[in-house]
Amino acid sequence: MNEFVQGLRLWFAPERIREEGDTPDYRFSLANERTFLAWIRTALALIGGGFAVDQFLPELAWGVRAGLALALLAAGVLCALRAVNHWVRCERAMRRGEDLPVSRFPTLLALAVAVVAVAMVVVVLFGWEGR
Amino acid sequence: MTTAGRDPGLQPERTRLAWRRTTLSCTVVALLAVRQALHGGAGPAAIVAVSLSALAWLGFLRVAHLRVLGMGTARPRLLSARGALTAAACTVALAVFATAMLF
Repeated sequence: MNEFVQGLRLWFAPERIREEGDTPDYRFSLANERTFLAWIRTALALIGGGFAVDQFLPELAWGVRAGLALALLAAGVLCALRAVNHWVRCERAMRRGEDLPVSRFPTLLALAVAVVAVAMVVVVLFGWEGR
Repeated sequence: MTTAGRDPGLQPERTRLAWRRTTLSCTVVALLAVRQALHGGAGPAAIVAVSLSALAWLGFLRVAHLRVLGMGTARPRLLSARGALTAAACTVALAVFATAMLF
């Protein structure tokens, strides 16, 4: 938890990253930046999916539609915030010469997407229309 | 861009293209947001929603554009944390608008 707070402080005071360790090869930093962007795109795709569920499935009951959209949007928000956190932690680990941080976030995200997909299959099969 | 000091992996170019892809994704989401906002007609609330979505999109575009310009050198500087935070904040803002427009 303490480490999380420390990481959070780094979000808003990035010059602190430069105080410790050595500057890594710029190519590694750029690769880290591309990973960050890939996560941001994942977040945007999830948010776009949330919009799409709401706009292109009007025959679904409101509760089902809102639930699916909210699940996708929440996953998108988490993904975007986590992208910044992971980027900062990787940058710091590279400066300190430590191993890169491991995380169970990809697994959780995959499970969440799988749940949404199964929910969609159920909706399509049993046709929960707004009646 | 100097050819002598350029790394063979073309890292700056790849990073620049990654920013461009991400900007395009953001544009698609912003267009979906505008479509959603205008769904119920163009009332005052819809105008506010469209403006806020456009603002989030412009914020993202600004960060991406500055970064793409920064990639023009052989040895680009580190992405600033403010840039990363702004990009993430614009993404989150679009999600918040989507949630607000659900109700």
